[in-house]
Amino acid sequence: MADSQIRASAAALMNAPTSAKPRRDPAAIIRWTLLAMGAIVMVMPIVYMLSASFKYPYEMYNLNIIPKEPTAENYAYVLSDGRFYRWFINSFIIATCTTVSAVFFDALVGYALCKFRFRGRYIIFIAILSTLMIPTEMLVIPWYLMSRSLGWLDTYWGIMFPGMMTAFGTFLMKQFFETVPDDFLEAARIDGLNEFQIWWSVALPLVTPALSALAIFVFLGNWTAFIWPLIVTNSQELYTLPVGLTTFSVEQTVDWELIMTGAALATIPTLIVFLVFQRYIIHGIAMAGLKG
Amino acid sequence: MATVSIRNLVKAYGKTEVLHGISLDVADGEFVVFVGPSGCGKSTTLRMIAGLEEVTGGDIMIGDRVVNNLEPKDRDIAMVFQNYAIYPHLTVRKNIGFGLRTSKLSKPEREERINEVAAMLSMTEYLDRKPGQLSGGQRQRVAIGRAMVRDPAVFLFDEPLSNLDAQLRSQMRLEIKKLHQRVGTTIIFVTHDQVEAMTMADRIVIMKDGSIQQVGTPAEVFHQPANAFVAQFIGAPSMNMLPARYSGGAIKVAGSSIAIELPLPDGSELTVGIRPDDLIVSATPGVFEGLVSVLEPLGSLTLAHIDIDGADIVAVADGRTPPAVGSKVHLAVETANLHVFTPDGEALR
Repeated sequence: MADSQIRASAAALMNAPTSAKPRRDPAAIIRWTLLAMGAIVMVMPIVYMLSASFKYPYEMYNLNIIPKEPTAENYAYVLSDGRFYRWFINSFIIATCTTVSAVFFDALVGYALCKFRFRGRYIIFIAILSTLMIPTEMLVIPWYLMSRSLGWLDTYWGIMFPGMMTAFGTFLMKQFFETVPDDFLEAARIDGLNEFQIWWSVALPLVTPALSALAIFVFLGNWTAFIWPLIVTNSQELYTLPVGLTTFSVEQTVDWELIMTGAALATIPTLIVFLVFQRYIIHGIAMAGLKG
Repeated sequence: MATVSIRNLVKAYGKTEVLHGISLDVADGEFVVFVGPSGCGKSTTLRMIAGLEEVTGGDIMIGDRVVNNLEPKDRDIAMVFQNYAIYPHLTVRKNIGFGLRTSKLSKPEREERINEVAAMLSMTEYLDRKPGQLSGGQRQRVAIGRAMVRDPAVFLFDEPLSNLDAQLRSQMRLEIKKLHQRVGTTIIFVTHDQVEAMTMADRIVIMKDGSIQQVGTPAEVFHQPANAFVAQFIGAPSMNMLPARYSGGAIKVAGSSIAIELPLPDGSELTVGIRPDDLIVSATPGVFEGLVSVLEPLGSLTLAHIDIDGADIVAVADGRTPPAVGSKVHLAVETANLHVFTPDGEALR
């Protein structure tokens, strides 16, 4: 067959009408629709927050995404307000301290509950787990009474103490330590390490993904905490960022554009933390068998 | 180096006793292998020697010290685990040197010791790699290196080769044996593989259901098994066991009669054991006669399953000219190679 004939045949084949159109899978359509709706629900508040932070007050109640007259004045105002930096630092100190503490103690308790055999171990674990079922709103009263009687009201310690150890973190770490074979620990025991050294040098490095995931959860939780810091603090110098932002609303007026600007700025550290550690979160969640 | 003595060792979990008062003396520099089926208590015994399990009763002595209540680190032992237990986050160098963290050696001395052990195990070029970048055999060497670096009085091995493929296992078996010949440290090795036990041990301890069945050299446990369990457990393929009766100075077994003097009354029920390689397959009449039912070619030899008077027995035939399936064969056996057991399994000869 001549070369031109071959080409002609190939072209004819390529141009031939296909017998059936590719069918769209109805399940896939439903799946994608639901995902798209979920994404919109999640993303829209953030988009609106960013949009509002560039708007003038008169435009606040207009739902358009792109401001008619975009302005950076809100950012200039918030950043020039010395209180913002103070609240930012407060939030940073509190979130960092509680994260370090929670990761340390949750890992320690999780390890003990997982790897040591002692009487009452199961009851202690259930007791810790059961605290997960109590909403924060119910806990703030006993926390407040404790803080008052111990003189912790309006102090850093008062803001931090409820988060220094978490039931969720203990549960998460216990589950992760289950994946660490006892042989590692026994080998270290024979090599002469004491129990704390075994936990620190052998067990912890083997659950790094869980530690990272827990650190991020705790940091984000404390960075965005509102109710308890609001209740336990009186002086503005001790306000955390979420509490401080509420001072932009007074009895008659609410400066939404300033609140949104502060909130947008407040998301930057969490965004950085998330972007840096996201692979650990995903890996950590996958390993824990949890689905987010 | 040190001796290890176990005196009436008992282990119980709650009311369940899993070790029933075993006693054993391991000589200085000896290579002793504990072997037995799963659940026989061999690993529990090893873990008790290591200090990883509490002693319920009896004594464990390493050297001249009773170590029952000593922490593992104070027993001067090192252990190699089935799963290697090398730390994935540390390099080979740090893994091998891990056991020296609590030693009083200076840093240069530690480095020298690590390099010395790595050279002995041919791991020098892998010192800066992480375990994830090593093969199974190399990981096992790292685990052995970590145990060796501390120069312990006793090495404990808990089924260290069971995760390796057959070829690597045989290679590591040889390496561990060479290592023992070079360093001469007392070794207690646990395995469920009787080939490992036979090839490596100075003495084998055969265990079943929390009790020691026999202690002896590989030749002793193979040729003079203490009971039917040992006879069947040691040796591959397993010893043929045939029901028999003693009558008139002869054993009646599988339709044949074998003249033999036994200190038993006439009519005594027995079990006769014959190792497959003690049966001589021939065309001329022997002790037994039967039909070949199945052949298992192994290259240099062939395992022939032969139906004799309703009993299936295995004989080792030549690999090049095996008998045909369905053919009639004769089997001869030297009387000296017969093992005779009482109905409760005790060896009579």
